Amino acid sequence: MTPILDIQNLSKNYGAVQILNDVNVAIDPGEFLVLVGPSGCGKSTLLNCIAGLEPISGGAIRIGGRDMTQVSPKDRDIAMVFQSYALYPTMTVAKNITFGMKVRGVDAATQAQKLAEVARQLQIEPLLNRRPGQLSGGQRQRVAMGRAVVRDPKLFLFDEPLSNLDAKLRVSMRSEIKKLHQNLGATMVYVTHDQIEAMTLATKIVVMKGGVVQQIGSPAEIYNHPANLFVADFMGSPAMNLIPARTRRQGDDVQIEIARAEGALVVRQASYGHDRPADVILGLRPEDIVEAGFRSGATVQAAKCRIDLVEPAGADTYVVSELGGKQVTARLHAETKAQPGAMLDLAFDLAKVSFFAPDTGERLN
Amino acid sequence: MTDYSYPAPTMSPDTRPAPSRYGQTALRWLLFTLLGLFALFYLMPLFVMVTTSLKSLEEIRSGSLVAFPRDVTFEAWRTAWSGACTGIQCEGLRPYFWNSVLLAVPAVLISSFLGAANGYVIAQWNFRGANLIFSAMLFGCFIPFQVVLLPMARMLGLMGLAGTIPGLIFAHVIYGIGFTTLFFRNFYVTIPSDLVKAAKVDGAGFFRIFWSIFLPLSLPIIVVTVIWQFTQIWNDFLFGVSFSQAGTQPITVALNNIVNSTTGIKEYNVDMAAAIIAGLPTLLVYVVAGKYFIRGLTAGSVKGLMQ
Amino acid sequence: MIAWLERQIPKMVLAPSFVAILIFVYGFIAWTAWISLTRSKLLPKYELHGVIQYKRLFASPRWETAMDNLFIFGALFIGISMLLGLMLAILLDQKIRVEGVLRTIYLYPMALSMIVTGTAWKWIMNPGLGIEAMVRGWGFESFTFNWVIDPKMAIYAVVIAGVWQASGFVMALFLAGLRSVDGEIIKAAPVDGIPGWRIYSAIILPSMAPIFLSAFIVLAHLAIKSFDLVVALTGGGPGYATDLPATYMYAMAFSRGDIGQAASSAMVMMGVVFAIVVPYLYSELRAKHD
Ligand SMILES: Nc1ncnc2c1ncn2[C@@H]1O[C@H](COP(=O)(O)OP(=O)(O)OP(=O)(O)O)[C@@H](O)[C@H]1O
Ligand SMILES: [Mg+2]
Repeated sequence: MTPILDIQNLSKNYGAVQILNDVNVAIDPGEFLVLVGPSGCGKSTLLNCIAGLEPISGGAIRIGGRDMTQVSPKDRDIAMVFQSYALYPTMTVAKNITFGMKVRGVDAATQAQKLAEVARQLQIEPLLNRRPGQLSGGQRQRVAMGRAVVRDPKLFLFDEPLSNLDAKLRVSMRSEIKKLHQNLGATMVYVTHDQIEAMTLATKIVVMKGGVVQQIGSPAEIYNHPANLFVADFMGSPAMNLIPARTRRQGDDVQIEIARAEGALVVRQASYGHDRPADVILGLRPEDIVEAGFRSGATVQAAKCRIDLVEPAGADTYVVSELGGKQVTARLHAETKAQPGAMLDLAFDLAKVSFFAPDTGERLN
Repeated sequence: MTDYSYPAPTMSPDTRPAPSRYGQTALRWLLFTLLGLFALFYLMPLFVMVTTSLKSLEEIRSGSLVAFPRDVTFEAWRTAWSGACTGIQCEGLRPYFWNSVLLAVPAVLISSFLGAANGYVIAQWNFRGANLIFSAMLFGCFIPFQVVLLPMARMLGLMGLAGTIPGLIFAHVIYGIGFTTLFFRNFYVTIPSDLVKAAKVDGAGFFRIFWSIFLPLSLPIIVVTVIWQFTQIWNDFLFGVSFSQAGTQPITVALNNIVNSTTGIKEYNVDMAAAIIAGLPTLLVYVVAGKYFIRGLTAGSVKGLMQ
Repeated sequence: MIAWLERQIPKMVLAPSFVAILIFVYGFIAWTAWISLTRSKLLPKYELHGVIQYKRLFASPRWETAMDNLFIFGALFIGISMLLGLMLAILLDQKIRVEGVLRTIYLYPMALSMIVTGTAWKWIMNPGLGIEAMVRGWGFESFTFNWVIDPKMAIYAVVIAGVWQASGFVMALFLAGLRSVDGEIIKAAPVDGIPGWRIYSAIILPSMAPIFLSAFIVLAHLAIKSFDLVVALTGGGPGYATDLPATYMYAMAFSRGDIGQAASSAMVMMGVVFAIVVPYLYSELRAKHD
């Protein structure tokens, strides 16, 4: 199967500043690719390059197998939804949606029919004669989607389409976009810096930083096997605990030693290779540190820890303890009896642990 | 865009401290007296112009400057419009009024249109060097025109436009572009660039995007620009007196000729009527669209320059 | 190829204006500068002769008068317009119900041509029939107000007309500035026990420094270019008493047939303008980039 979108060795400079550096991404038809990364890392730039709105400095972009370097945006068979929606302010909603068809010379009957179809699909029929200024944020968002959907493109591009909505609306629009993806069977590239959006929507996630792709993978891969410290820290909320530790060989096992005020915490782990460096960063998600007794298995090891902080968050309670000089968060049940200042038995699920090299930040296991 | 008009005074209630109750009334009266006196100072010349223009020469010589006319006569207006002498010809202001109209309308339209197109390019289709070009244009707004007067006169001669209305139009367009570009550029930079991107994805090109999306948005800035340019061009004297000849002079030049013509007796009432006629179009624009006039003034002269 | 052409459209749209500015502003300045270094009289000659025109210019008593007048006129016109404009703005800023009407009245002269202004004031200050005659008519027989025909005072008559025309504009600038001062600051002041006039002198006015500067620049620019007003009001007279560099330049260019002098005086005018405007533009641009 030829990928719908194939980006090879893409680079992009503004003058002397390199914004994108050797980006390689491919997606198959029907995939939902999410680009995440901190602000300014080049997500929008990458999207604009795909759309042909910015010339590229090196590499190639193929859409449907065809090289796009010389192809203008209108001929790339794409549709784009912008963060600011970019609705044409002086046109009605209907005109906004049909503008593209009008420019392309589609006949009036077809225009009307497609407009009606899209309006029904997105439930914006009552809004068709209004102007963007007379719409709420959520309604504008729908219209912007309508304008994209009506093109029926090979590839949808979304640039942070939900970031201007309030939290509640964002959640409901998120599921609508997901539905839209399923109903249309369309291929989408979606930019966000909200990692929850990324996890819920994506079939494939690309994590970027400073114009460089850090990791590409399914949401589960990204979440459970972050390729480096950056990805580990960026994805997930609260963030993964990253604890400096020392390893020592002990027969067939490897002993992991974590410094703390009450004397080193020592745990044992079998799967960590002997040939790895002694100093590591150990990554463990908050949900993999629980109250002793709530999880069992060969890989679960308990240790007494001093609790510094207790933060009830409804369904869960987060507690913070200091390990290896870092604030480490554990996710406990809401009914926990944990008290700040008291000691508590915490269980560490070492099956889920990630090891990173402190110097390069790369994943070791 | 940045709004240079004033927020209504009621929009900032109670931000000014109230003076103590004792002095309050007295202060208030003092304030109104001062404001009233200044209003008189600004209105007095207009009042004098109007009343003088309605008096006979007789009455002017015998009466006081600020007296209301005893016998209102429109004779001076008739003379000013169609009989006063501007040198050897005695056709009044009428032909020159139409010269100014014929000059101002195309010059305003062309310079505004060019400004819109330039502003659109500079703000939304920025290419390398575009900002440098913009700076070069801005710089041109600040030169004293005396420095281009001589070569322009020769250039118009070379182009066969010396002493013609098209020649004057040409000069006004060239030296108006800086400001019109500035107005539109400052307006268009406030429009998010995503709009152009969206339209490009929709398949529209440079001109289509301008016509269908940007021009319909531009009404306020078009009004500001047109008013600014009209006021500038209608009121211009330097280009008019330098680049025109008998018969093609704009109204300001004709007015000056009437007032300073040394032949015959001085008809002050005619001078005043002529001055009012020359000032009426821009005054009318000011009264009808004062908000936009002020916006142009403040934007064109200072704050807006460096946005 | 077509795609390439399409990408060039913005440049092609901007090109005519750019070329025009290049020729008609920069080219012309260069031409004038060149001519100012030649012995051109009625017709331009292109052979360079150093700075003789500038020597002639600075030796000319008429030019000296023109420059003196420019500084007198400039200083008074700018100073009075600023003071008056600021005062009007503060007075108008006192929650006056008829503010809109008053604003319109104070500002309307700005819509008029300076020729109209000059004509009106010439009549008002006419010694035989204007203010002088009026006040004498009230019984003050010895009252004299003949500035327009008095070589010593004529330039001050020009100042009056100029201030009448431009002070409303300064008012508009300052009023907009006053209204844009952060209301929170002003609200906090009475709470801290600061009296009303102190709020203006200590808080609002200092925060309007950029507007003072802008108003100054615009007025200075107007003063240097002012030509119409003098022509209409005094014609540069009596004698050369109210000549300004602008009228001097015009006289040399179009009635004296001495374009070498015209060019050199124009260059000096541009020098004066740029000495004022360029540091301002530069500082504005710097402020923007930081
Ligand atoms: N026209 C431009 N000229 C120069 N630099 C630019 C230009 N456009 C963007 N940049 C720079 O490129 C980098 C990437 O910008 P981009 O908009 O792609 O970031 P982003 O990942 O989309 O960020 P955000 O999440 O804030 O939208 C930024 O550092 C930005 O300053
Ligand atoms: Mg972005």
